[in-house]
Amino acid sequence: MTTPGLRDFVLEVPTGEESAEDLLPAALAALSQVFTVTQEAGAPGARRRTWLDTFDWRLYRAGLMLEFEQARRDGRLLLSRADGTPQAEQPVTGWPPRRPALDLPPGPVRDRIMVLIRPRALLPIVRAFSTVRVTRLLNADGKTVARLAAEHITVTAVAASPTAVGPTAAGTTAELPLRLAIAEVRGYPGQARRASTLLAGVPGVSSASQGVFTAALTALGRHPADYTSGVDAEITASMPASVAVARLLLRLLDTLEQNVDGVLRDIDTEFLHDLRVAVRRTRSAIKLLGEVLPADLAEHYKTEFKWLGDLTTPTRDLDVHLLGFGPMTAQLVAASPADLEPLRAFLVRRRAREFRRLAAALRGPRFRAITDDWRKALLEIRDAAPPRRRREPTAAELALRTTGHAFRRIAAHGATITADSPPESLHDLRKRAKELRYLLEFFAPLHDPVAYRKVVGELKSLQDCLGDFQDSQVQREEIHTLADAMLAERAAPAATLLAMGEIAAKLTLSQAEARADFARRFARFAGPAGQERIDVLLEGRP
Amino acid sequence: MKIFATYNIKGGVGKTTAAVNLAYLSAADGYRTLLWDLDPQGAASFLFRIKPRVKGGGKALIRGTRALDDAIKGTDFDHLDLIPADFTYRNMDLLLGGANGKPTRKLAQLLRPLAAEYDHVFLDCPPSISLVSENVMHAADVLLVPVIPTTLSVRTLDQLTEFVAGFNGRRPEIRAFFSMVDRRKKLHQEIVRDLTAERSGVAATPIPSLSMIERMSVERAPVTAFAPNSVAARAYRALWSEISKDI
Repeated sequence: MTTPGLRDFVLEVPTGEESAEDLLPAALAALSQVFTVTQEAGAPGARRRTWLDTFDWRLYRAGLMLEFEQARRDGRLLLSRADGTPQAEQPVTGWPPRRPALDLPPGPVRDRIMVLIRPRALLPIVRAFSTVRVTRLLNADGKTVARLAAEHITVTAVAASPTAVGPTAAGTTAELPLRLAIAEVRGYPGQARRASTLLAGVPGVSSASQGVFTAALTALGRHPADYTSGVDAEITASMPASVAVARLLLRLLDTLEQNVDGVLRDIDTEFLHDLRVAVRRTRSAIKLLGEVLPADLAEHYKTEFKWLGDLTTPTRDLDVHLLGFGPMTAQLVAASPADLEPLRAFLVRRRAREFRRLAAALRGPRFRAITDDWRKALLEIRDAAPPRRRREPTAAELALRTTGHAFRRIAAHGATITADSPPESLHDLRKRAKELRYLLEFFAPLHDPVAYRKVVGELKSLQDCLGDFQDSQVQREEIHTLADAMLAERAAPAATLLAMGEIAAKLTLSQAEARADFARRFARFAGPAGQERIDVLLEGRP
Repeated sequence: MKIFATYNIKGGVGKTTAAVNLAYLSAADGYRTLLWDLDPQGAASFLFRIKPRVKGGGKALIRGTRALDDAIKGTDFDHLDLIPADFTYRNMDLLLGGANGKPTRKLAQLLRPLAAEYDHVFLDCPPSISLVSENVMHAADVLLVPVIPTTLSVRTLDQLTEFVAGFNGRRPEIRAFFSMVDRRKKLHQEIVRDLTAERSGVAATPIPSLSMIERMSVERAPVTAFAPNSVAARAYRALWSEISKDI
């Protein structure tokens, strides 16, 4: 039995003046100094492999690779670490699915990865088709003690690259340099080592520095982890503020546009989520930093991005309901999960309706005009010559002023909130906290990382509390609205309404818990220690 | 993991050729297969061109100072591995007798850790009735017994059946098959016909006596691999399909 894929023995003929095929006889000649070299009878074997990951590279970021190898009727999924060490394997039938996979059949690979990827779908990233010629290496008894596999690999990009610069179109193909691998025969490790030493000594043959997946990505011009929903605009402290803001807004526009295709194909819920975050950040940036942009431009796009944000809300709200459906039914004590099934069916129907509306608008002229014209306007600002007469603030100055102001507003507003304040005062504070968070993220490259992490850590804790408070209220109100709508459509059995009542009661409880925790979290964020943290961040002094 | 053992008290009845060819056919069907050459003469190892040598000898394996796993060698065929013979196996009775735990269950115990790695294990046993063969009978799920169609051989099969029936608890299933059948001999024909009809547990496929089977020692490969369309290979395939359909 052969143990395939010993990485140490993977060798590669680099592309150069000599073609890889020309080097093969030299490699075989080197091996025949020690072994009897005999070509495996029959036609070359074929391998079909596909590498998969989520759109935001969750497996790659966790140091994992997922490969599907197609066999005649079915195939197998192979999970390995980035260095090729196998982690889990499972056979799969009826794979790959027609649509990007939101789930996998039960098995060890599924057990390992679902917790990492959910609720994202697995997308094919690269396909590889190879023809493999096997040569047996025999000892003096005529026994096969190692095998040499020469693999011609053609790779194809499946998903288009999300990067705005140098996009790789789906369907782009590339030939990888011929790969030679020595496969060990069990019980003969020394012979395999010997064979690989002989190969390594052949001029033009070098040790492979990359696995097939990584080599394929390089050949196709893709970079792993080339999508992130984070704000990582290239700004510097001394840059004119208008240029920094334009760069920031362009980066947000990139993220927005990268997600449109995934939203329209309804691949998974997170495309819409990331698109909405990009819209929200854009709106906040226009509101908080728009002073450095031409006034009419800021005003116009304030309206346009509000339209876009509002357009996406109904579908996202329904996605959130459906994503939380499992955990929600698990909380039921009096009612049974089956009681809520009519609610789920109702949500699915509504979601389909709302999604059609959203997709039509995203394919429409208003959306196209927003993205195209906004990009043009921002590029002009980014590339404009610096003004001669008027001195414009720098990015650092803008960051200092706006971030400091946002912090002081939260501190002042939060201090007025008491146990008797209406819920709206906490909702309002949540918005201000979100704005501060965005400002911090926008200008993150200008801040000291340690000071930044401290401020964001406490802010996040406050935001979580305010989020729990508001979400519980909103969801409870939505359950009431949904109950009315279901009654109107005669889609609400009594058991379902009772179960929904139980959920609403639980939400009231969790809202009360969040409220009770508010004062403590606010004090940690905006009290003397919090003030000191923000001073260190903005002015580099306690 | 299903364990098959080719066993007969007599030598030269086609145990090794059956073990080698049936193991090869099992692997060709995609089953992860291991063949353990327990015969110190090392014929099965020779047929796969593997040196009949185990580091530390039988002693290291039986005492557990060396894992069975370490002794496994890959054959030239996909899904088929072999544990080679070793000349020290001639003392295996003594080694088993001196081992910890029940001396008759030692082989079964040694094979247990391989259950996740292999679907089928074939044990090619030396001809004798000894502690080794008793171990094999306790470890095996199926005893494959080659029988030359003579009255004396049939009597030996009866003795074996009786011996196994006396086991407490788990007993291997006995599947006899006729081996080295000479179609020109009337006695052979009669015994094959009568016994196959009269007794359950006797395979309908006989393995004929053929020079092609003897050629295995020249080719150093299973006849089912180097001459897959020969009469001999066809006979082994028919026998394997009879055995494997009951798995």
